[in-house]
Amino acid sequence: MRTIYLSILFIAFSILLQAQNKDFLYTNVKIHVGTGLIIENGAVGIKDGKIAVVSENGDALKKDYKTVIDGKGQELYPTFIAPNTRLGLEEVEAVRSMRDYREVGHFNPNVRSLIAYNTDSKVTPTIRTNGILLTQVVPEGGRISGQSSILYTEADNWEDATLLADDGIHLRWPNRFHYSGWWAQPGPTKNNKNYDRDLQAIKVYMDAAQAYYKKDVVETKNIKFEAMKGLFEKNKRLFVHVDDARGIMEAVRLLKPYGVDVVIQGGAESWQITKFLKEYKIPVILSNVHSLPKHTDSDIDQPFKTPNILHENGVKFAFSMEGSWNVRNLMFQAGQAIAYGLPKETAVKALTLQTAEILGISQRVGSIEVGKDATFIVSKGDALDMRTSIVTDAYIAGKKVDLSDKQKVLYEKYKEKYELKD
Amino acid sequence: MTLNKPILLLLFWSWAAISLAQQTFPKNGVYDQRDGHYAFTNATIQVSPTQQLKKASLLIKKGKVVAVGTNIDIPNDAIQIDLAGKFIYPSFIDLHTAYGMPKPKAAGTRPKQQPQMVSNKKGAYSWNEALKSETRADELFTVNKAKAKEWRNLGFGTVLSHHRDGIARGTSSLVLLGEEREHEMIINNQVAAHYSFGKGTSTQNYPSSRMGAIALLRQTHYDAQWYKANPDDREYNISLEKWLAIESLPQIFEVGNRLDMLRAAKVGKEFGVTYIFRGRGDEYLRLDEIKQTGSAIILPVNFPKPYDVSDPYTTQEVSLTQMKHWELAPTNPAKLAKAGIKFALTTDYLKDKKTFWTQVKQAYKFGLSEEDILKALTTTPAQLIGADKELGTLEQGKIANFIITSHNILADKVTIYHNWVNGKPYALKDINTIDIRGKYELTLEGKKHELEVNGSLLTPDIHLKDPNQKDKKKKGTKLKYTYANGTIAFTIIPKKDTSKKAKTQAIYRLSGNVTAKAWSGNATKANGDWATWSAKRTGDVEIKEPKLPKLDSTVMGKVVYPFAPYGVEKDQLPTAKTVIIQNTTVWTGEKQGKLTNTDVLIQDGKITKIGKKLKAKGATLIDGTNKHLTAGIIDEHSHIAINYGVNEGTQASSAEVRIGDVINSEDVNLYRQLAGGVTMAQLLHGSANPIGGQAALIKFRWGQAPEQMKYEGADGFIKFALGENVKQSNWGDNNRHRFPQTRMGVEQVYEDYFTRAREYEKLRKEKGDKIRRDLELDAVLEILNKKRFITCHSYVQSEITMLMRMAERHGFRINTFTHILEGYKIADKMAKHGAGGSTFSDWWAYKAEVMDAIPYNPKLLNSMNVVIAINSDDAEMGRRLNQEAAKGVKYGGMSEEDAWNMVTLNPAKLLHVDDKVGSIKVGKDADVVLWSDNPLSVYARAEKTFVDGICRFDVEEDKKLRKALQAERSRLIQKMLNKKAAGVKTQPPVHTHKHHYHCGDIENNNFIDYNID
Repeated sequence: MRTIYLSILFIAFSILLQAQNKDFLYTNVKIHVGTGLIIENGAVGIKDGKIAVVSENGDALKKDYKTVIDGKGQELYPTFIAPNTRLGLEEVEAVRSMRDYREVGHFNPNVRSLIAYNTDSKVTPTIRTNGILLTQVVPEGGRISGQSSILYTEADNWEDATLLADDGIHLRWPNRFHYSGWWAQPGPTKNNKNYDRDLQAIKVYMDAAQAYYKKDVVETKNIKFEAMKGLFEKNKRLFVHVDDARGIMEAVRLLKPYGVDVVIQGGAESWQITKFLKEYKIPVILSNVHSLPKHTDSDIDQPFKTPNILHENGVKFAFSMEGSWNVRNLMFQAGQAIAYGLPKETAVKALTLQTAEILGISQRVGSIEVGKDATFIVSKGDALDMRTSIVTDAYIAGKKVDLSDKQKVLYEKYKEKYELKD
Repeated sequence: MTLNKPILLLLFWSWAAISLAQQTFPKNGVYDQRDGHYAFTNATIQVSPTQQLKKASLLIKKGKVVAVGTNIDIPNDAIQIDLAGKFIYPSFIDLHTAYGMPKPKAAGTRPKQQPQMVSNKKGAYSWNEALKSETRADELFTVNKAKAKEWRNLGFGTVLSHHRDGIARGTSSLVLLGEEREHEMIINNQVAAHYSFGKGTSTQNYPSSRMGAIALLRQTHYDAQWYKANPDDREYNISLEKWLAIESLPQIFEVGNRLDMLRAAKVGKEFGVTYIFRGRGDEYLRLDEIKQTGSAIILPVNFPKPYDVSDPYTTQEVSLTQMKHWELAPTNPAKLAKAGIKFALTTDYLKDKKTFWTQVKQAYKFGLSEEDILKALTTTPAQLIGADKELGTLEQGKIANFIITSHNILADKVTIYHNWVNGKPYALKDINTIDIRGKYELTLEGKKHELEVNGSLLTPDIHLKDPNQKDKKKKGTKLKYTYANGTIAFTIIPKKDTSKKAKTQAIYRLSGNVTAKAWSGNATKANGDWATWSAKRTGDVEIKEPKLPKLDSTVMGKVVYPFAPYGVEKDQLPTAKTVIIQNTTVWTGEKQGKLTNTDVLIQDGKITKIGKKLKAKGATLIDGTNKHLTAGIIDEHSHIAINYGVNEGTQASSAEVRIGDVINSEDVNLYRQLAGGVTMAQLLHGSANPIGGQAALIKFRWGQAPEQMKYEGADGFIKFALGENVKQSNWGDNNRHRFPQTRMGVEQVYEDYFTRAREYEKLRKEKGDKIRRDLELDAVLEILNKKRFITCHSYVQSEITMLMRMAERHGFRINTFTHILEGYKIADKMAKHGAGGSTFSDWWAYKAEVMDAIPYNPKLLNSMNVVIAINSDDAEMGRRLNQEAAKGVKYGGMSEEDAWNMVTLNPAKLLHVDDKVGSIKVGKDADVVLWSDNPLSVYARAEKTFVDGICRFDVEEDKKLRKALQAERSRLIQKMLNKKAAGVKTQPPVHTHKHHYHCGDIENNNFIDYNID
């Protein structure tokens, strides 16, 4: 009897959930559109997993939806997108068997990150919890590390997790200098004597890849160059990981003639060459805003100011945090930039639509606009400020996302143990 | 008799030596002993730095000065050398060399399994391979003729030579730079004892850090005392025997920079030793503190070359401090002299010894007087090693070590003719060279040509004038020639045949004898026939007499404190003022919580009043409207501002090392963190071993010297560590033998140390100094006696509980668990034990033992009444700890006040300084921060940070400092570009160090200061 009762309850609950999943309306909520606009008291209607309507008049829409959620005091954002992470490839940084992001060899364009993406990771849910539903998972190592994919942070397997497979190839630009030591004890900086040679090696590789692409008939298949084809066909982007100003310019000038779409990843010194970047229309995915200035003489807040300098000078940019567990602080990188001049909604745009555009997924995600996937998050307060950011709900294509994680479970367990109240 | 013939290279003399001392060697052939009795007359004699005699004579015999003066009878049997117009100086002394020493070689090889725990040196020597007090230069010394010549060419006659290997390097010998047997060259076999912070060739891991080297020196001092006091009941140890035997000698300590000098001086002070330092050339940056040590300095003159700053992007790699040091380094010797610090000059540290005089002249240009230069090369080095009875001046009875020069030694193009070592001449140049500079009429086969000879006396230029050339200013064809021993030889083409027919030119080869008035000799023609030629002197040429370098009066940048970006001149360092911060939101951190529209008065570095509408005489008013005032942030766990290693992780315990010994006051991270509202930090040893080193609590007194940064009267803390690091889990397969390798072993390390420390205490009480003082056990004993407190790196609950029980068994409490990521699992136990925690807000998953870390940890611990702080452990995070505290609100919903206290009052409690800092309360230190916004917000910026009531960071002042920084960089870049344009050699804008100065030191990279190198 009891079992049956429970079963009925469960079915009823499921139906309720499905109904909610299909079509629902969020009203009375502050909408960060992602385009730089903000709707103070707006409504978003979701049908079949897509955004069906965005309105300033929620009341008028209520009649169209069985499920209406009152978002009073809440803020609604398009999902934050985390480029350049190791999520799902690295569970425990220090344990070799739990690292899956670095292959041997110099040129591995054929290597693909998505098939190693561990959807059962205990780390990924802690990223999701903070409102990051999409990430670009990137292999590391060598000169060409391999191909990234854009994956959901909630899925049962990597195929389900895929929004865009093999979106880009990652080239690690040679360093012009070798830095040694660490922040507590800086060592000497040395010239990379092999820089020119390394640069030529890239050119030789690109030439060969391009020649292969132009072949009418392929007799002997080269799986590395097969992987490179997408660059010339323009369905893959070339992410160049480089920080120094001269390196960026030399990379762009070397690679542009091949007609490939170049994105700068890192870009610590991109602020010094905004005119160049604008002229060549090169977007920049900045690494951690929360980082130390590159040189002792640099302005102490240079990394904090860099996003706004790019913004003011018309360079398209996005935020990123390299790594895995720390990616949950992605949106606070944008928050930090706001404190140093970046307009608030521009920061939101950089975290959402601009990232989607740079990664080539903006037709699906990145903003709260009609026709896009209903992939968004809701927060109790300003999600870019750690003082107020508490993400309460999240949806991937209209489907509610589980925001629990291992850490919350442990929290609840010990709260109970110590008989603590909230 | 007068010697007219030039003295040529008289090296054969060494075979027909003047026998000065009795010898043991048999003689093959017949003895040829001579007196070496010489009289040098008519010279300008620099008897000493302060006494110069004109037209004076010097009489030497058997290698000693017999007499010097203007009125000396020249004995008949003295060989007389007329030095009219020439100068005599006592030859120079270099106190820091490895002349004649073999290349240091390691005692063994580095074992594959790390670490190497004891010395590879076989025999009854020190346990530590870097302690080599038994080394004796006299046993290793061999004459090296080529090297001796390098020094002699610069005017040196004696050097102090030691084997440059290790922390204790044994003794040096004073040796002459002659070329005879070692037996003759060693004047004094054991002169000084030598030390450094560098391990040299030792492959042993300990010490791996500067603080370890300091601890090793201190412990060895105590070991030596014990060894001496306790002859009956102890081991036999050659290294300690020798350590004691050479204690009374001058103690010379090689350091790599000014801060290391102060560190070594502090060690010396503890044991009543005033070291003589081999400095680094950056002493001008901490002149006052160095003066106070009372030490003399052996000073290198390695002034850096300008950097090549032609590429604006690459130039970013060169720091302001490097550029400033380039400009100011040549002023260092003059500044030392002015400050009254005694110093000797050395060729040491120069990449190329030959540049020595160029560099010394640089120092002269920037204000070092001639007298000071001479002192630093003669009397001062002699005094420093107690050799002033034998060396340094040309007074009667001293060793006949002197040089003969053409001009003042500082003049440009000065020639050192002779270097006499021990009464024997080493002729560098022919002293009797006839000055052939002038105009000549050359007659060759009846045809006349004009010759002009000008330039320097010894190597003049000879030009053959073209008779067709009307422009008299043109010099004509420069001739290649040889001129020595009164014979000149050269080749000329009398008339240029430019016609195409002339396939060969008529070339004459001429050779002739030279007198002051004319040259004459024979020539061969193109066809081999002989002809005669002569050249008659027809007139003088203008001769530029060598001159002293011009003093440089260019305006220089100023020394700033600290010597780092954002440093300021000493008189511009901020001072404590009376300040009222008005009408602001005050986060008291106390029971009152947040007070709105409130004023806070700061006077004499303290918070003196909190209230409304406060007034005080002469107060600076700061408008705090819409702003927030908090106590300064205290970082319980920081590793900034530490020099040369935060870990001495080579042994399971390094309780003897002290972070306080290695504070780096010049670390720009201090300033960056002041801009993040941090006013105080506990600088901790790393977590490589179960018992780490002693911590230091500093206030961010940006601009002050290291010792002045330490917080006065603070309790001592020590770092402990548990888990993966101490059992070396992530160090690879070559670290599998140092105990402990498991958590089980970690417990036993503690049990052992606490047990032994108690026994040690008992024994010391009973038997006093008969029991060896052990710095390691001293520190552990302080823990047991509640005079030192533990902050323990910890992650996993099991071992945390273990350590608490360990402490309870031994009668004390663990003060703080730092990191404490699983603290939430045993919050009740921690509360009961009385331990506090200092944690990360949200770090995890970086290693296996942090997989259960949760960001709710602070909240749970706080709710369980465990004093909980948020720390950085990271230079980057350290400048935004306010944001990390805010995560306490995000994860678990702490109140804002509770969250804020996690970076202020709570760390103050953990550090036992909450009665003085950590909150805004009357009577507490005025360590306060004015924020632009709610300090927990990501949008908040620290606008003013006060430490002891002194505004150490001000957002407006910062703007000015940035402008000043850019202006100063630009000025220096322009100056360097000008130098490059003028042909001065530059260095690349990146580091190119190859440890040229110390081959033994490659191992631990010990001397370089990357701030200025």
